[in-house]
Amino acid sequence: MALGPETIREIERAEIERSKEIWANNENRRREQDAKDKKRQFNEADRVSIDQRAPLPRFRPGDTIKVHAKVVEGDKERIQVFEGVVIADSNTSARKAFTVRKISHSIGVERTFLMHSPRIEKIEVVRHGKVRRARLYYLRGVIGKKARIKEDRNATR
Amino acid sequence: MVDTILGRKIGMTQVFNDQGEIIPVSVIEAGPCIVTQLKSVESDGYVAVQVGFGEIRPRLVNAPKTGHFSKAGIKPLRHMREIRTEDISGYQLGDTITCDIFKPGQRVKVTGTSKGKGFAGVVKRFHFHGGDMGHGSMIHRKPQSSGATDAARTFKGTRKPGQMGNKQVTVRGLRIVRVDPVKNILLVEGAIPGSDGGLITIQLLKQR
Repeated sequence: MALGPETIREIERAEIERSKEIWANNENRRREQDAKDKKRQFNEADRVSIDQRAPLPRFRPGDTIKVHAKVVEGDKERIQVFEGVVIADSNTSARKAFTVRKISHSIGVERTFLMHSPRIEKIEVVRHGKVRRARLYYLRGVIGKKARIKEDRNATR
Repeated sequence: MVDTILGRKIGMTQVFNDQGEIIPVSVIEAGPCIVTQLKSVESDGYVAVQVGFGEIRPRLVNAPKTGHFSKAGIKPLRHMREIRTEDISGYQLGDTITCDIFKPGQRVKVTGTSKGKGFAGVVKRFHFHGGDMGHGSMIHRKPQSSGATDAARTFKGTRKPGQMGNKQVTVRGLRIVRVDPVKNILLVEGAIPGSDGGLITIQLLKQR
């Protein structure tokens, strides 16, 4: 039995599933705790399934998205939302990542997220953009009106 | 109980740990190793387990080895190595050793044959700085002086061009990330020597 590159792809697929599972379990535990704190019954309907994990809405460079990422501060965890334009994506499979750029207090901030990281809770697509490039690095050099991206209203992703 | 297993490097990838951090891992097809011979003090002067690993077509195995394998009552195997151990009483010919001798979190050392670089110059082999590529320098990647003139000889160990790579390399202290005895897969944190498909041995590091 010779194992080859297929084995690695298998491990990566399993990794994606595992990260979804971790996310779903954490989310369910949080919801249960929340229900207990508010002294009400935890509804089975509130439980999220593994497939409900939503980092996989389809988006492309040029789209504006909201990334709900877990931030660990000391021993506490909280959710931080990072909203901006996707300017690049890189790698494939379990290593897939994307870069989001936003302007914060007139300073450009970029953050790269791992698509399948269990630390990503949710990704919402705010707006589809119409761009002709795969990497929007030109946005780093332009400000104001030039940094606008046309909206793609009939986007099929 | 043996602390070593033979394996084959499959490649590298990344996995997430429970904290959501990403870990670079080498994927190893580790075992199953089959016991081909038991060495004892009475017959050999030392104690060891000889194990084999990897499939091979019987046609490619020479007659002495074929006899050696049939003595153990097993199919021919591609690679053989000895594992030194204090106690072989738990093993018999034909026994299978799988990667479940390791547990996640343990530290191991991984030995393999590094990728061959051929006859390499001193810039590649010993990280010499080399000369200027321009400005009429005429000294680009030359090794320059071999030593002082009053010694009238070159000292042993002076760094010169020569064969680089394709020799045994051991990396110590790598952490086991995951063990899958069913698929015979071992994930080890970090890089291991050699190209994909190369034979490697994985040994448990002794705890100090």
